[in-house]
Parts: sequence; C-alpha cells; structure tokens
Amino acid sequence: MTALLQHPGYDEERLKGVAEKLPCREVQAEMLLSLMGQPHQYSYPSILIYGHRASGKSHVMHVLMKELELPHATVSCVECVSIALLFEQVLLSFFGCDAPSLLPRSPSLSDFVRVYRQQCSQSPAKQTRYIVMEKAELLRDTDASLLSALLRLQELVGDNVTVILLSEIAWDKFRPNTGCFEPLLLHFPDYSKSELQQILSQNVHSSYSAGFYSAYINILLGVFYSVCRDLRELRHLAALNFSKFCEPLAEGKVKETDTHKLWKHIEPHLKKAMQTVYLREVSSLQWEQMQQMEEEEAGALRGLSAHTHVELPYYSKFLLIAAYLASYNPARTDKRFFLKHHGKIRKTNFLKKNEKTSNHLLGPKPFPLDRLLAIFYSVVDSRVAPTASIFSQISSLVTLQLLAQVSHDDQLDAPKYKCAVSLDFICAISRTVNFDIVKYLYDFL
Amino acid sequence: MSFFATESYFVQGCEDAESSETRFRLCQELWDKIKTDTEVLQDELNRKILDSLLDFTRKCSSTRQNSDWASQMRASEIPTAALMLGVNIPDHDMTFQSLSDMLKQSVSPHVASVQAKECGALKHLMKKVLERLMDTVVVVDDEDEEENVETSPRVHRSVHCSLGILCDWYAARTKKSATGTPGKKRSSQVRDEQQQPPVVIIFKDLEAFNPRVLQDFILICSQYIDRLPLTFIFGIATSPSTIQHMLPHSVSSLLCIELFQSLSCTQHLATVIDKLILTSHIAFKLNGKVMQVLIGVFLYHDFSVRNFIKGLQLALLEHFHSQPLSVLCCKKKKALFNVTQLSKPNLDRIRQLPSFKRYVEKQEAQEQVNLMTDDSHLKELCQQLIKDLHKYHKNYYPILRCLHTLTSSLPRYPLGKQARVLTCFPFRMLAKGELVSLLQKCVEILQLSKSKKMKNALTLLEMNESRRAKRLSPFENLRNEALKFIDNLVKSHLSPPESQPLYEVCYYSSSATVRRHLNATPRTSIQAALSNPYHYLQNDSLKSEDGTVSNAAPDICIAYKLHLECGRLINLYDWLEAYSTVVLAAEGNDPDSEHFGKVDEVKHARFIRAVSELEFLGFIKSTKQKTDHVARLTWGGC
Repeated sequence: MTALLQHPGYDEERLKGVAEKLPCREVQAEMLLSLMGQPHQYSYPSILIYGHRASGKSHVMHVLMKELELPHATVSCVECVSIALLFEQVLLSFFGCDAPSLLPRSPSLSDFVRVYRQQCSQSPAKQTRYIVMEKAELLRDTDASLLSALLRLQELVGDNVTVILLSEIAWDKFRPNTGCFEPLLLHFPDYSKSELQQILSQNVHSSYSAGFYSAYINILLGVFYSVCRDLRELRHLAALNFSKFCEPLAEGKVKETDTHKLWKHIEPHLKKAMQTVYLREVSSLQWEQMQQMEEEEAGALRGLSAHTHVELPYYSKFLLIAAYLASYNPARTDKRFFLKHHGKIRKTNFLKKNEKTSNHLLGPKPFPLDRLLAIFYSVVDSRVAPTASIFSQISSLVTLQLLAQVSHDDQLDAPKYKCAVSLDFICAISRTVNFDIVKYLYDFL
Repeated sequence: MSFFATESYFVQGCEDAESSETRFRLCQELWDKIKTDTEVLQDELNRKILDSLLDFTRKCSSTRQNSDWASQMRASEIPTAALMLGVNIPDHDMTFQSLSDMLKQSVSPHVASVQAKECGALKHLMKKVLERLMDTVVVVDDEDEEENVETSPRVHRSVHCSLGILCDWYAARTKKSATGTPGKKRSSQVRDEQQQPPVVIIFKDLEAFNPRVLQDFILICSQYIDRLPLTFIFGIATSPSTIQHMLPHSVSSLLCIELFQSLSCTQHLATVIDKLILTSHIAFKLNGKVMQVLIGVFLYHDFSVRNFIKGLQLALLEHFHSQPLSVLCCKKKKALFNVTQLSKPNLDRIRQLPSFKRYVEKQEAQEQVNLMTDDSHLKELCQQLIKDLHKYHKNYYPILRCLHTLTSSLPRYPLGKQARVLTCFPFRMLAKGELVSLLQKCVEILQLSKSKKMKNALTLLEMNESRRAKRLSPFENLRNEALKFIDNLVKSHLSPPESQPLYEVCYYSSSATVRRHLNATPRTSIQAALSNPYHYLQNDSLKSEDGTVSNAAPDICIAYKLHLECGRLINLYDWLEAYSTVVLAAEGNDPDSEHFGKVDEVKHARFIRAVSELEFLGFIKSTKQKTDHVARLTWGGC
C-alpha cells in the first residue's frame, strides 16, 4: 500500500525503512527528499514546514535524519532560553564537544558565524548539514535579525547547510516586516479520518487480532473525530479505553466479531471520556482507576472544574464584591447604588446609547483604587478602619489572580485593577456574607 | 527570632528591672514551649496529606517503569499533584518545608522548590530548578548577570541552562549509585528499592507564576519525560480550576493531575486554639477581648495561623514586659517559689490589683489589716491563691469542653460552633432560665453521648438510673437531676476568670495594644502626626488643647493644617501667604512692621519643601486644570 520512496543518492533499503515508518506522509517525505537533493549537492537554504499539532512534522524530520544518517542538529526553540544555547547545540552536533567552548560569553550572531566558519574550514561538509528548528514560531519573539539570518545561513557561513523550520503557524504570520529571504514552504495537512484509522490501527495489542483492534479504532474515531484530530491525543485515548472495550470479551459475553454489541458497550463510556479525561478534568490515572470501580463510586469523583469554592477572609470577600461592582457598573451609577438619598433614578435615565449591551458581555472594566475602597466602605456592614491589612488583602487578591492589576507595577499613585472572577463565583461569595449582589448590579436593574 | 539578642532590650525598657531577668527567662521558656507545640501540631495536622503526597510520588515512579502495551501507547504525561492549600499563603511555607524534607528523606534526594517571584522569565525558572537539583552554579548567558563573569570559574561554563544537562547529570547520578556507593546513608537505602528516584519540582505558589513561563517549562519538561522521571507538585491557594485557566489544553494534556486537599485553615486554627490555649498546660492566658482581637484578625483579614501565633507571641512578650507580677505566671511549683522571693514593691503591687482588692474586701476586718500590713502573711495567702488559680484552670477547661459538646449539637448553635467562642462568652448568662431550657433539651443527647469528657456526668446518670424505683416518670426525674448537676458544675467551675483573685498574673488583657500592633493604621498615624505633632515629638511647646496646631509646629504640620481648610483645588500662592503669616506669628514679629507680609526666600523654600512632602505622602497632587493650583486628595480626618 505504501508507494515506495525513490530517490537517487540514498540507499533503497533505507528508503524502504523510511517509508514504513511514515505511513500517510509519503507525499511529504518524497517532496522533502527531492528538495534536499542528493547528499553531496547543495540544498535549498531554508525550508519552512507548517501544519497543525501532531501532523507529523517532527516525526518525518526525525525519521528522515535518523534513517538516512544525515548530519543534523535538532533544536527546540522553546528550550532555547538564550540564543547562546541554540548556537551551542548546533555547533555541538556538527563539530563535536570542543566547538561550543570557542564561543565567547553572551555570543552574538556574528560570533556564531565566525566560529562556524572557522570550524567548517577544518571539517568541510561532505554532505548537506541540516538544522531542524522545532516550534520555530517562537523565533518571532527573539531578536528579529536572528530569523532573517537563519533563513540565509548557508550564504553567511558558506557551508552546505540547510535550516528547516517547523511551525504550527503559517509563514504569513511570522514573516519579518523588514523583509527577508523567503524560505520554501511545505504544508503538512491534517490526517484525514481514514489516515488516522490506518495509523492508529498499527498499534495493535499483541493478544488481539488486527481486525478487532481496527474495529475499536473505528468506534473511537466515530466518537472523537469531531472534537479531536490530534494523533497523539487519540492514541492516548485509545490506550486508556481499550481495556474497557475488551471487558465483554473477557467475560465471554460477546465474540470478537460482534461489533455492534461491542459498540453498544463502549459508546457511552467513550462519550463520558470525552467530557472528562479528554478535557483533563479527570487525570488519566484516575480514569483508569475509575474503570475498575463500580459505577456509583466513580460518580463521586469530581472533575477539576467542579472545585470552584474558595474560602476567603471576611473583608477579602467584601473587597472582591466591591471590585466586581466597580468592574461591571458604570461609575456614574455608583451614586444610585451607594448613596442613601439618591432620589428616584430610573435605569432609562442613565442609559447611554452604547450601554444598551450588557456590561457582562463586555467584560470587566478597570477601576481606580479609590473607587474600590469607596464602594467597599459602603457595602461592608460594619465600620472598618483603613488598616494596612485591608490594603495588603488587595494585593493578596491580585496574587491569587482574583483581581488583576491593570496599571503598571511601578505606578504607585492611583493603581487600577480589574475584577477577574465570574458572576457565579461572586454570587457564591456574596451568599456566604448575606449580600444580595444582584440588587447592586446595573445590568440586572 | 533570637530572644538572646533581645534580652538587653527587654530588660531595659521594663517595669521593675529587678525581676526582669526572671521574667525574660520565663517568657522565653513559654515561647519555646508554644513554638515546639505548634510545630508538632502542624506536623500532625499535615501528616495525612503529606503521607498521601509521598505515596503519590512513590507510586508515580513505580508505574513509570512498567512496559506493558497500555503504558507504551499512552502519551507519557508528567505526574502532577495539585495541592490545595487555601488562601492563607503565609502558612504554606511550613507545609512546603516539611514536605520537601520528607520527600528528601523517604522518596528521592532530588527535590527542588521554586517560587513565582524568583522566576519572572523561563531562564530564571530553569536556572533555579537546575541549581537546586544539581547544587551547582548555573550560568545563564545573560546581560543582567555580568557580575558572575569573574566569580564563576571557567569550569562552570559547561553547566548550561538546559534540561539536557540535567538529564545527563541524572543519568550519571543514578548510574553511580546503581554500581554501589554505599557511603551515603541517607539515600542508599532508598535507591536499593528503586533505581530511578523521581525528580520532584515543587511550584509553591502556582497562581503567581507567569502562565507563559509555566507553559513553556511544562512543554520542555514533557520532551524529557522519557529520560527524566519528573514529578510536579503545584501549590494552589484558590481552586483547582486555576490550572485550567492558566494552561491551555495543549499543555494541560501533558500533565496527569491528581488533587490533594489540605485541612482548611479554620479547622487548623480550631485545633491550635484547642491544644494551645484551651489547656491548663500553659500558664499564660489571654482574656476574652484579646482573643477576640486575634481571632478577628484571623477571620477578617488573613486566615493565617502563623500570624495568629505571632499575635500570641506579641501578647506573651507584652505581658511579661509590662506586668512585673508575671514572675508568678509559670508552673505551679515555680510560681510558689517565686512568691516567696517577691520584693516589697511587688507585694505592694499585689495589694493594688483590682482582683485582690475585691478579695480583701470580702475578708474580715482583722484579716484585711493583716493582709495590708503583714508581708509574710500576704505571701502565704498568695501561695494559696496561686494554687487556687491553678486548680481553677484545671477544672475550667474540661467543663468548658463539656459544655461545648453539649451545646454544639443544639440546633442553631446558641453558644457558637467552635469551642473558642465560649471563652469570649459572658458566663453570667449561664444562670438564666433560657439556658436551663436549652440544657434540658440536650440531656437526651447527653445520654447518648459517649464522649469521655462527659464521663463524670454520665456516672451520675448511671447512679440515678439505678434508683429508678420511683414510679413518677423516672426519665423526667432523671433529666431534672442531670440538669441540676450540670448547672451546678457550670456555675461552680465556669465563673469568668476576672472573678478569680490574682488573675492579672496570668491573663493578658490589653486588647488595644495587640490591635494597634497587629492591625496597623498608617493613614491614621500620619494624620495624628500631622495634626497633633506633640503625640510623637513630646515637645512641650507643641502642646495644644483645642486641637489647633501650635505656631511652632514643624512646617509640614502647619501646611497640612492650612490645607484642611481649603476646597478641592488649592491656590498655591494663597497657601504660601497663609503659611508665612503663621510662621511670622510664631517668630514673634510685629504684625504692623513694614516687613510683615513679605515672604523671604528661606520661608519660601521651607514652604515648598512642606508642600512636596505632603505630595509625597499623597495628600495633594499637581493638577492640569489650573497651573498654580494643587488638588486635594483626602477628605475629613482632622
């Protein structure tokens, strides 16, 4: 079924090995091989491969490099906390462990090029060297010149070297606006359903037949394909639920071929998995334990997002309530809510044209500290002295991410905050202090 | 906190310097006892959750080594424990400290804890993790660490900030120990049972971490999970849904998260109070008001048990510092001895104690005279009173608990949910009929109650049960008797501590001091300093009766006083003129002289300085509305 990869310059046996390891990615591998040319030929300076998560980008590169024994350096950009690390990894892979020590402290790009040239003259490339950069979209956040330089590294160092960038983002989104050398673009499309079926079916459990496992994968994809096309995740889910699938078989209730009965047994289970373990509401380990438990017991296990209750000190609760009110009520309406003799003001009198939409749809608005405290003193039911601990509670709420500081940390004068909790959360909090928050919200007037 | 360094300080400002050394020693002994007790208590309370965490890390490292089909197919997730600790962040440190100690002792020597504030960027996080695990200096090639260039030798150049290095290091370490270096007694035993101890990274305050940094770090770690048995522990203060808020699905799918719920801080405090304060072991006591202040700070402000203990420490120190008679606040034997050593002024102090005066008034006339004049007689009586006080405490707490068990099962908690509420409760209410009817209801419960604290009450009940010969509704009879018994018990033993003679020796009662120290009010202090400088400076010329500021007050006080009379916007020139008038009057210049009203340069400069000080303190700020005006920022509070 696999079309044989053919390319002059590489051993046929090896190409066969490559093809076996790259199911459903033959076209892309073929294309890459033709771009790379024969080992001794100069290759195109830079290639950008883009495609979604788990569409086989790294896997294809890894297999090609390993199987064909090409000289290469694989660098994950997320790991390169400093560019020095990137340079060192490249030099280390190409020229051995002495090369990185030639770099000065805090090396610049030109240091790297200098050292590369120097090393390269001692051991010139007999075949194309490859630098594979994973998660290349992160290069956007570094110095702009780095990406431009990497794209034409071949020219800079005068060596037969090709930079292959792997990214989840299309080139349009990270082309530097100063202009640069355009890499060759190669798109890895998502695996189709049948491709996923084919790939996943390869991991057959040794004690079951291939047909049986394939039927299982078919059912699994039927449930999950609409929400998840991530091969890695699907493989993980397949592994987690397979034992449950085999259960009726082990009990002797059904035969391997009775797909319909098997489907009836596993389908509700998979649906449940979609809401729990797929979202990581329940961890994989807990999910496996749940399968061993009885139904009722398993029901008792709550997901992560079910625990939303937060116990706060009394004044912190009121500070949070005040912050919520300040974030979701227009400042003009404070008089209406917090003054004793505000007179009768109807909502329509307040309404400005742009305020017809609910403030809750627009999200929290920033408010200054003064307003927060003014509302706080009017909602809290006892006299509170403006003590240091009231203020420190505000900053505690910020560290707990219940409030967000909008102004810069340096701004000591009139800092601004936003309330970062949901309506449900604040309602639960206000219920514990017997405060009817809905009465104070402009949106619900 | 070093008490030794503070000894001289303690003695210096102390009432009655003679006994101060003894008091200092007593205070120190008590504090040491309280400290060790709380530590033991904390360990006990945390034991359950820490044990389950240890199990978790052990289990994770053992399942990792499986090689069946399912575990090969499964994506290798990083085992993660989400440890819910509650919002009392100051208390977490102790928990994490004992957690990492226990992990190091029994699971793995490779434990690193990181805090958000030291990990602003990914490289800093990496650096900290690597340094703490490998115990070396890690070089991040970075401009802001230039000072390291000279100090770190060339050898360290190779230790770079990447997990690859850590993997190599880990491989070397485990290999070395596998081939056998029995030198290390701490970890050799551990390694025998498992060749691959996990590498545990503790994120102490997850919420405070920059989500980007955390995501990147997890991404990197997941790439090395096959080579490096990593385990994460997240310390979470709010709720577990924080994880989902911080990490997108692509990252959270790399983790295998298990929840661990720690004891809530209110339960924690209840236990601490129960074991430390509601016992007769510790001679030092807080009166109801001070307790209320401390508990108020806890419930209203911070939920922090550590701060509660700090408050207790403050009260302890204040008590021994300010009360000369606190020499008697110690174990019974010691106290009895100390009574004999009391000096003349201290004996007079005893005679001045309100509680002692009340006691004396109840005595016969001859006895009264004796007590007021005869020192040795007084000493004898004091010994007796101290004994009584100790006896009172011995009875007080069991009965208090008894009452608590009775009332806590009543509907609507008429006496509060927690035992601590009872201590603040005015006990004269107990005699009232309302309570009697309440107690009546609970007698039925009492019969069922098997609590040990109730043993004495129950024995009585059993006795009564045997005498059930009387036909007349034996149960009601019995109930009445039990009720009477409890009523008597409560009346005789739960009289308020204030009624005991010499209670001042053991009870600290200055709630205002504690409140002032624990609940600072910076704004009020600043306003007090500005409007009444005498309060802080203690200079007689600054004294004023009617709340006005004297002319001789510091410039800033005068400027402050004048600015209180203005509206929202203050004209600077008018302000300056008013200021200069006041200052001239202070210098005694004649208002009619020709120089009057002219502002000289020095005064001008002084005024400007005062204004900028006020601006610095946040009372005024410059405004764009009018260039020669400043805006007032505070209202009221004169």
